[in-house]
Formats: sequence, C-alpha cells, structure tokens
Amino acid sequence: MIPTGSHSSQARTGSLAGVAPDTEGHGDISVGVAGSGDSSASATRITPGNALRPEDIALEVRTGLVKPSEDAAEYALRLGDDALILAQRLGHWISRAPELEEDVALGNIALDQLGHARSFLSYAGGAWEKSEDELAYFRREHEFRSAHLFEQPNGDFAVTIARQFVVSYYQFELYRRLTESTDATLAAISAKAVKEVDYHRDHSAQWILRLAQGTEESRRRITHGLRLIWPYVEELFVDDELTSRLAEAGTAVEPSSLRADFDRLTGAVFAEAELEVPNVPAAPGGGRRGKHSEHLGYILAEMQVLAREHPGASW
Amino acid sequence: MSPHGNPEVPASSAGAVESTAAKVPAGPETSSESSAPRSVWPLWEVFVRSSRGLSHVHAGSLHAPDAAMALRNARDLYTRRNEGVSIWVVPADAIAASDPDAKGSFFESPQGKDYRHATYYTKSEGVKHL
Repeated sequence: MIPTGSHSSQARTGSLAGVAPDTEGHGDISVGVAGSGDSSASATRITPGNALRPEDIALEVRTGLVKPSEDAAEYALRLGDDALILAQRLGHWISRAPELEEDVALGNIALDQLGHARSFLSYAGGAWEKSEDELAYFRREHEFRSAHLFEQPNGDFAVTIARQFVVSYYQFELYRRLTESTDATLAAISAKAVKEVDYHRDHSAQWILRLAQGTEESRRRITHGLRLIWPYVEELFVDDELTSRLAEAGTAVEPSSLRADFDRLTGAVFAEAELEVPNVPAAPGGGRRGKHSEHLGYILAEMQVLAREHPGASW
Repeated sequence: MSPHGNPEVPASSAGAVESTAAKVPAGPETSSESSAPRSVWPLWEVFVRSSRGLSHVHAGSLHAPDAAMALRNARDLYTRRNEGVSIWVVPADAIAASDPDAKGSFFESPQGKDYRHATYYTKSEGVKHL
C-alpha cells in the first residue's frame, strides 16, 4: 500500500481540536514546548485542561453569583487555613528533598494544597467581602483556624511523610463526603480536591512502606516521625457547635464521623508496614478556636512579610 | 466504586508495592566517611503517551528506587502540564542503544537510495488501482 499522508494529517487535526481555547490572563499556553515541531507526536505538548480554578470561584463570589452563609464561610476558612499552612510548610522542601524527584513530588503536593486553600479562602471571603489575599496575608495568628497538625515542623523526610500520611488520609475521607454537600461550591471544590488528595494518599503510603521496610535507619526514623505527629491526630476529629450545625444542614459532616474509616485505612498501611499505631497522648489542640502552637507565628511572619511590606503590590 | 476513586485503596497507576524487590535506602546515606560514594537510585527512561491513539514518546529520564516509584516520579515530573494519558518507565540499562560512533556505517547507507521511496517510481500506463 502506498501511504498517502492522509492519516498523519488527520491525527494532527484531531490533536489541535482538543486544545482548549481559554487563554485569559496567561497568554496562549496551548503550544508545544518544541514550538512548530511535530506537536501531535510530542510528549511535551501541554494544554491547560478544564477544571474548576480558584479564579472561577473568586469570579462567582465577586459577581454575587454565590455567597456563603456565615457558617459555611467559617467552615471554608478552617479547610482553607489547613491547606494554606501545609502548603507553606511543604514549600520549604523545595531544593531540600533527599532526591530531585522527591523535591518535585513534594512541591506538586504543596501546589495542590495551595490550590485548595485559594478556592476555600476565595469562597469564605464572599461572606465578609474579603479576597483570598486579604484572608491569607492580613489576618493575625489568632484569626487562623488551622489545626495544629498542619503547622508541625517538617523535621526530617520521615516526619514530613508521617504528617502527609495523616493529612492525606484525613482529607480524603473529608473531601469524599463533602462532594455530597448541600453547599454547591464546597461540593465542587471538594470534588476537584479529592482526586488530588487521593494521589497524596498513595504517595505517603508508598513512602511509609518503604521507610518502614527499608533499612534499620529508615525504620527508626519513620517510627520516630509517626510518634511525633500522632498526638495531633485527635484534634482533626473533634466536633464543635459549628460542625454540628453544618452537619445538620447537610453542608458538612461531623469530623468524628470520619474517624472509623481513617483508623481502618491507616491501620491497614500500618499492618502492611509492620508498624504499631503510636500509643501517645493527644495534644490539647485549639487551632479551630485560634489557639496555636509557637510554630504558626513564624510561618505567618515568613508567609506574610512581602504582602505586608508592600500592601497592594502586584507582579 | 465511588465516582471519586476507590475509597479503600489510594489511586495509583502502578501495582502494589513489590515487597520482594531490592530495598534501597531513601535519601542520602549518613556516611561515616565523606569520601564514600553516595548510594544512588537507578536511572529510568520515561515514555509518555500524549493522547489516545498516539504512541508513547520518550520524554526524559529520572531516578527512582523501584518501578512503582519510577511511575509516580514520572507522573510528577513529566505530566505536570496535562501532557499525558499513559506512562511507561523502563530501566535505562535495559535499553540497547546504537553506537553514536557507528553513525556512518549504520545510518548513511540509505542516503541516495531513492529507489527505496515510492516517489522514485513513475506510474506505468494501463495499471489500474494505483
């Protein structure tokens, strides 16, 4: 058979048709890195894809299309602060991870968390006419609602993995249930977030298994890391008046209702890794009421300094 | 299975941990001698398929302790901008490559042999279905 070339030209048209036309704000990023090369065959062809972005939520809030109730906003603030503080913590690993590949992996997870934080904070701000930036950069320590787990220091790689392990299994159970929230925006943010958090679960579980079953040294470190982190698990599952009201309205779920699944699934990883669930007393907590440990102030100082030195600056 | 993945098992394109695989320590060895070489993860070559119907194309390489982690690292390094729907990873030492020094004998021979191309031939008269 004599090739006519029609097949290759069809393939090319097909691939270009799949490129999203949205170029607002960032210019056209739908062009392959290789420029005018054979874009249909390039492994580095990039497209923005279609997904809910923090900008979409900010726009909906700004135009008055959605407005959270006071309770929903307070709740979104908690979830947003958890993700924001963790993103700031994880970002510190960039250029410091044990391997370049892991550096990028932790950086990706940090950016996922930052995306969730931006969405939740953009939504929460709708109740008080504040932007995500005003909430992130111009609130004081006692106004943050993140749980203590998220502000725990990175420690060594094993401590960070231990923290990721707890965070990802907790967030997965939470976001999975919030996809059915009666608050459409919380449900939409959670639907986007749950897929990303599912990957964070996989990442942390893989490392728990490898560190636990690797060398004597790696096993010692992950055992120690889990003992350091475990006191902060309890606070994640504490109900209060806000969560009770929201659970009744179907907007959210009681944190305590996630505990059984969390224990069962993390327990399965512990069993496979031949580790004991750490038997340590719970830390007092209080993050949801604005009572934080000594760590948060330093995190905020670093995170907020630029915005506070140059209010209103953009670049 | 729920619409948002399987709650029982974390999402993963790779199989479960191969617990019989050789164990490699995570991170740098805390070596007692500074001259001792740091243990390095093996090199993997990454192939990404950008969309259904196309072939996997070589995208680059990375280091990973085993195949399961290599797939995850490849996902993090080479599909961050929506580049792929499928990834292959291959141990770099499993690839036999042609010798760059043998370019002359290997690749210059076909040059000038235009009779190997269909366009070299003229259509004969009276031949149907061409």
